[in-house]
Amino acid sequence: MAHDHNHDHHHHEGEHSELSETALRVKALESLLVEKGYVDPAALDELIETYETRVGPRNGAQVVAKAWSDAGFMEKLRTDATNAIADMGFIGRQGEHMVAAINTEDTHNMVVCTLCSCYPWPVLGLPPVWYKAPPYRSRAVSDPRGVLAEFGVQLPENVGVKVWDSTAEVRYLVVPQRPEGTEGWSEDRLATLVTRNSMIGTGLALTPDEVTS
Amino acid sequence: MSLPEDVRRLPGLVTEANEPVFAEPWQAQAFAMTVKLHEQGLFTWVEWAAALSEEIAAAGPDDAAENYYLRWLAALENITQQKGALSKTERLERKDAWDRAAKATPHGSPIELGAETRT
Repeated sequence: MAHDHNHDHHHHEGEHSELSETALRVKALESLLVEKGYVDPAALDELIETYETRVGPRNGAQVVAKAWSDAGFMEKLRTDATNAIADMGFIGRQGEHMVAAINTEDTHNMVVCTLCSCYPWPVLGLPPVWYKAPPYRSRAVSDPRGVLAEFGVQLPENVGVKVWDSTAEVRYLVVPQRPEGTEGWSEDRLATLVTRNSMIGTGLALTPDEVTS
Repeated sequence: MSLPEDVRRLPGLVTEANEPVFAEPWQAQAFAMTVKLHEQGLFTWVEWAAALSEEIAAAGPDDAAENYYLRWLAALENITQQKGALSKTERLERKDAWDRAAKATPHGSPIELGAETRT
């Protein structure tokens, strides 16, 4: 949505406009910060546009698909995720220090931010509502298997769940396991299997059947 | 992974894959201002996360997910004040000015400060 003054006020007694209490608070902040030279309205619009349309989980899916296809890149992701991801051009706020949590046969990784909503924006975009909400933030740590079950993920008994708590300084990207039956697939095709939730750890990568059916 | 999408539930939460990034325009504005102020060096991201965590903690564990950006806005008001970018008085006066301007503006026209003093 663009920075459009007409969208956030509504009809008032047939004649005049009225802004909600919240919209007034935001307009007060914005107009003061613009006047004082802290922010530029055009730059705000551009940033919003970027997060609404250009930054999202497709970026992360490309990272995962590349890791599945290229053992050297997987190794770089394991040892220096920040630079491995930056080399693909996914740079920006909340991606300054990235760690890749790589799923294996016996470990499933899952990411939470127990205190607020820290999240790797450059690769996943902004977090979904459930990620920011109290039930997930508290239960991801106390009952990760229960949370996974609610997302429809049943892991074998022998697979351990490791929960990573994000901070303002370190962000995690889960690298799900490559599904079977994808030998010889291109990176672009592999990326279609990589869902946002699989990179937070509340899902698994899709199987070829799930994308074709 | 065989359960249908709509079976997956955390209590009261939508776990849809394609929810909009922002539910309302003001959320986008509050988000963008925060990122830009951080870029300007007004606060570090660690300070911001602490300010936001504080609001979220104060709201308690039963806070509705939809209230997330309200907590964000309160944190932004606090941190801009603490860092001396603007005072609480300034902020409240400006809010009243917008309220008067909005109420003096015919529906459908852009709202501008000072509209209430024009004829």
